[in-house]
This record gives sequence, structure tokens and C-alpha cells, in this order.
Amino acid sequence: MATDTIRRPARPPLWRNPAIRGLIYQILFVAAVVAVGAFLVYNTVANLRRQNIASGFGFLDREAAFGIGESLIVYSPADTYARAFLVGLVNTLYVAGLGIVLATILGTVMGIGRLSSNWLVRKLAQTYVETFRNIPLLLQLFFWWGLLREIAPAPRQAWRPLPDVFISNRGITFAVPSPDPAYNWMAVAFCVGIVAAIGVSRWARRRQARTGQQFPTGWTGVGLVIGLPLAVFLAYGAPLALDRPELKGFNFVGGHAVSPEFAALLLGLVIYSGAFTAEIVRAGILAVSWGQTEAGMALGLKPGQRMRLIVLPQALRVIVPPMTSQYLSLTKNSSLAVAIGYPDLVSIANTAINQTGQAVEGIAMIMAVYLTISLIISALMNIYNRAVALVER
Amino acid sequence: MTVTRWVATFAAICLGFASAAQAGPTLDKVKQAGQISCGVPTGVAGFAAPDSQGHWAGFDVDVCRALSAAIFGAADKVKYVPLTAQQRFTALQSGEVDILSNNTTDTLQRDTALGFNFAPVVFYDGQGFMVPKKLGVKSAKELSGATICVQPGTTTELNLADYFRANKMEFKPVVIEKLDEALNAFFSGRCDVFTGDSSALNANRLSQAPNPDDYVILAERISKEPLAPVVRHGDEEWNDIVRWVVYALIEAEEKGITQKNVDDMLKSDDPNIKRMLGVTPGAGKALGLDEKWAYNEIKLVGNYGEIFDRTLGKDTELKFDRGLNNLWTKGGLLYAMPIR
Repeated sequence: MATDTIRRPARPPLWRNPAIRGLIYQILFVAAVVAVGAFLVYNTVANLRRQNIASGFGFLDREAAFGIGESLIVYSPADTYARAFLVGLVNTLYVAGLGIVLATILGTVMGIGRLSSNWLVRKLAQTYVETFRNIPLLLQLFFWWGLLREIAPAPRQAWRPLPDVFISNRGITFAVPSPDPAYNWMAVAFCVGIVAAIGVSRWARRRQARTGQQFPTGWTGVGLVIGLPLAVFLAYGAPLALDRPELKGFNFVGGHAVSPEFAALLLGLVIYSGAFTAEIVRAGILAVSWGQTEAGMALGLKPGQRMRLIVLPQALRVIVPPMTSQYLSLTKNSSLAVAIGYPDLVSIANTAINQTGQAVEGIAMIMAVYLTISLIISALMNIYNRAVALVER
Repeated sequence: MTVTRWVATFAAICLGFASAAQAGPTLDKVKQAGQISCGVPTGVAGFAAPDSQGHWAGFDVDVCRALSAAIFGAADKVKYVPLTAQQRFTALQSGEVDILSNNTTDTLQRDTALGFNFAPVVFYDGQGFMVPKKLGVKSAKELSGATICVQPGTTTELNLADYFRANKMEFKPVVIEKLDEALNAFFSGRCDVFTGDSSALNANRLSQAPNPDDYVILAERISKEPLAPVVRHGDEEWNDIVRWVVYALIEAEEKGITQKNVDDMLKSDDPNIKRMLGVTPGAGKALGLDEKWAYNEIKLVGNYGEIFDRTLGKDTELKFDRGLNNLWTKGGLLYAMPIR
């Protein structure tokens, strides 16, 4: 055979083979990283032992013995450190989740506002963005917190803008409906309504594609989402017992209270992140060429339809990836809560670290939690991004 | 990212890298650096606060100055590191400071699980409650339902929860790390009550309240707060030095040795004084210090009583009573071990 006659060059030594050399480098690199990591862990453990500092996660089962100002789940100082961490995690997720929703709404409004043809709206939106984007978040938090604390009166002189709503330097206290089985079923009805509305809109789209006939999807959806819970509410005989706040001793008892710390943190996060979101939204909309809008006009689409059907789907492709970063930074910024006394994860972990002295474990837990939250947000946003991304054929 | 988190992360990393050889000789390290790194509070009038020229002064500061005098023969070889209640322990564990003179309560957990050793108590305190006069509260038992400002990472935070649990009362803590922020929150009415060591409360009231007379400190003391300097566990030599530097301050007061008369006292016939001031050598060598260690302390900083009067007591605005912080011979709890 011909190949036999060609003298193959002598095989080069292993280290001159680029593939093998690359492999060796990679193995060496990984080994070095592992070695440094192992050294750190070993040395830390050795140092902790030598200094007689307790280590391990056993402390999580011990009684925390410190109080926490606000908690969405039941907690008392007799609960464990693990429970205290959970309270902090829930508080962090609560403020971050609410913050993300509100910052998105505010940012979208402001972003569209910056492109408004109305001079006043445009300038107001611009002023907002340029002001709040350029002041450090921590300062803004102190500002809002100080404002809420200093301006509002003491509980005994609380403002009462509406019946059963009290504003004082302890926060905003308002009446909430007393627990009733009807409310649980209303929540179920609400979810059913959402699912049904999505179903209707899919059916309507298919029908339009087939027959060209349009269906008032929007109004049907609103009807389903609001109407179903309302029907349940009425079916239960409209229970309207209120849990009213009452001034008892030092403070209001009953109702629901939003503390100045929570309000300041939420306000700060929403306004700060909203300014960045506004710029992202504006960039996204501007990225869609004007020709697309003109084409929409030529087809006779109304302005709302043009935005919804032509511009927004294309703008979202530009908007979603930077929005992911924005959501991540909002979540992580919520840890600034520690400065103004809102008991978020970091604040509670700091206390736990201090009372137990187990800084390594505490910091590791904080990092693991933020990493997990961030990866989950990233993953969700990536799924959404894939859904809105340009489908190439 | 907050400062605390940085400090704690940094400390955690330091624990990873700190070399194992650093164990014993804090004294060597201090001598090599030419200064003691001393962790003090971030600013409590009378205990530790920078004056108008930026020099640190106060009771906690003088403990470190006495240590510096004993080691270096000069009271100013100290680097002051202001630490919040939350930062202080990691700072000491990681070796960022050599000693905490930070109004730290001596407790079992801290002595054992945190890996510390406590020097003798320098200030006997108890936790109290400060309230605005206009609330009309007379006793801590009336505080159910109150909103209470407290600093995190303190025994105060735990005693507070214990006290309300024991008395079946409710409270809402507002936990703020920085003392200044916590006090601002209280004085602006965010909380009904501010709680802390009663001596510090009084200092805060006098130095930071818009009008000190609008606030009172309730009579109840809900805890024992023996405040002591802290060092790392495992360096017995350093621990001994700090221990005896504190005892020397107390012993000097008992023997009537003052900043003024210490030179005359060198000629004293009392064998105890001779041993302490190094006229009869031995004590300094045993500690690994100069024989003049106690002489320098007293000459440069003063005895316990002088320090107390100068920083907290009758010579100051605070006008603290000696109370428990008096010599055992005068009805207090201060009792130095024999220097021999």
C-alpha cells in the first residue's frame, strides 16, 4: 500500500505534542488549585484547633437566644440558630423579590418616559435617572431611613391619613383582614384565574391565526384573574372582619406593620435599581430600528399593538441579559440592610458569627446562600431569555 | 458589601493563611513591630474616644497605654484599632489586634469556643435601660411591648432577650451595628428604649443626647457585665503580661503609689513595693519584661484610681461613682493578686 512507502516522521516526544502538552498544563493547573484549596482548608482547621476556636456546623442546633425585630415566619429567642438563619433568608428573599418587581415596573415606566415626546416627562425621567444612578446606594439608604425616622411623629401622635392606617416613626401600621378560610380559597381561585387567562390567550391566538378573528383576550384575562377570587369571596358571604391596629402601651398592636428599616431598604433598592433599569429599557427600545415601527404603522397597527407586537419582543432580546445582572446586583445590594438595622441574612449571620465566634462557617453560609440565589435568578432569566431570543432558521 | 462583612471575610481568609508559627510569641511580634495593636470601641465617651487633636483617650485606651509603658517604657507605642462589637472578635482571632480593650464582658462561651483568654476584670458593670423621661416609665418591668435599640454581637443583645423571656414580656429589637447610628435612632424616637452597659449608657446620655436631662437610666441592672481585656488563647506568656499589668495598676492604688510619688516610692522600705517597682529585681524577668515595667506603668499612666478619676470619675463630666470598681479594702471588688 502507498501509505507504507511513505516514511512517517519519527513520532515527536510527548512534550512536543501540543495536545498532550495542553493536557499536562491543565492537569498541573487543576492540581495547583486543589493543592492551594487543600492547604487553606487544612491550615484553617489547624489554626482554629490551635487557638481552641470551635468549628463545625453543630452550633446550628443550639438555641439562638437573641431577638429578631421582624420576621415573616414564627421566631422566638428560644429557637435555634438554624431557624434564625432561615428568618434572615426569608427576610432577604422578601425584600429582594419585592424590590425586583417594583424596580422593574418603575424602571420600565421611567425608561419609556425618557423617550416620551413630552418635554416635561422626558426631563423628569432624565433627572430621576441621573440623580439616583449617581449617588451611592448606602447614602440613599441612610437618607430614606433618616427621613422616615425624623419626619414621622411618635406612635402616640401618629398620623392617620385613612381610617385604620397609622404612620409613625415605628413605621406604617394598617388594618389587615383577619384570617379566614375564604382567603385561602381566593388565593387558589387567583391562581386558577391566571392559568385560565393564559389558556384563553393561547386559544385566541390559534383561532386568530386560523380564522383571522380577534378575541378580547385582555378583558377576558382581567375578568378571570379578578372575577374568580371575587366570586369565591362573595360565595363565602364576603367576610370582612378586620384586624385593626390599636395603640397599646408603647406601640400599635394588631394589624400589619411595615418598619421604617424595611421601608427605607425597599425604597432605596427600588429607586436605585429602577434608575439603572430605566437605562436598560431605553437602550432596548432604541435598539429596535425606527423602520420596524414604520412598518407597523404601514400595516395599520395601533400604537399599543406596535409596542406590544413589534417593538417590545425585539427590545426584550437586548433588555433581558443586562436585566439579569441588575436583578443579581439588587439581590446582593439588599445585604446593605445591615447598616440600617433590617434583619436580613447578613445581619443575622453577623450576629450569629459574633455570638458563636464561628466566622468561617457563618461567612461560608452567607456566600453559599447568595451564590445559590444568584444562580437561580440567572437560570430563570436564561430560560426567559431563550424564550424571547431571536429564533434563527 | 459592608465593612463588617469585609472584615469578617478578611479575617476568615487570614485564618486560612496565618502561619502556625505565630502561636506563642505575641510579645516578639509586638516588639518587632515597635507597637501594640489595641482594639478599642469606636467611640464611647470616657472609655475610648479620639480627642480634638485625634489622640485616643479614655479608660480602655489607658489600659493599652499601661501595657505599652510596661513593655516599651513609653506609653504611646500603641496603634488603636476602633472595632464595633461585631468586628472585634474576628479581629483578635485573626491576629489583626494583639489585645482587645473594648468593654468586653467575660463569659464562658467567649473564653472557650471563641478561643480567648480574659485578663482580670477592669470594670464591673451591669446592663441597664435608658428611656426618655416623657414616657413616664419607672421600672424595667413596665417595658412590655417596647421597641428597643441594641447593638448586635454583644452580651447585651442576649441578656435583653433572656430578661424579657424570664419576665414573660414582649419586645421588638432594632439591631444596629454602629453605635452612633443606634444612638441616633434612639434619640430620634425610633425606639422607646436603648439598652447597654449602664456606665456606657450614662456616657452616651451625657455626651450624645440632644438634652441629657430628657433621658433617665432605669434603676434595674439586669445582668453582671464584668468588662475585661481579652487576648488570644494559646499564648500564655502574653496572657501573663496583660494579667499582671492590670494587677499592677490595682496594686499600686492599694499601696498608695501614684504618678507623682512613684519616684519617692523607689526608696520605700516596704518589700512589696520594692519588688513591684523593680528595686528588688525578679518580677520583670519572670514576665520577660524590663524590671522597671510596673514603675513605668505608674510613672507614665498612673494607678487604677488615677486612671478612673481622669477618664470616668470625679475629674470628668461623667462623674462616675467608684461603686463596685473600688478597692476591696474600700467596699469594692478590685483585688490584685500578690506581685511576688
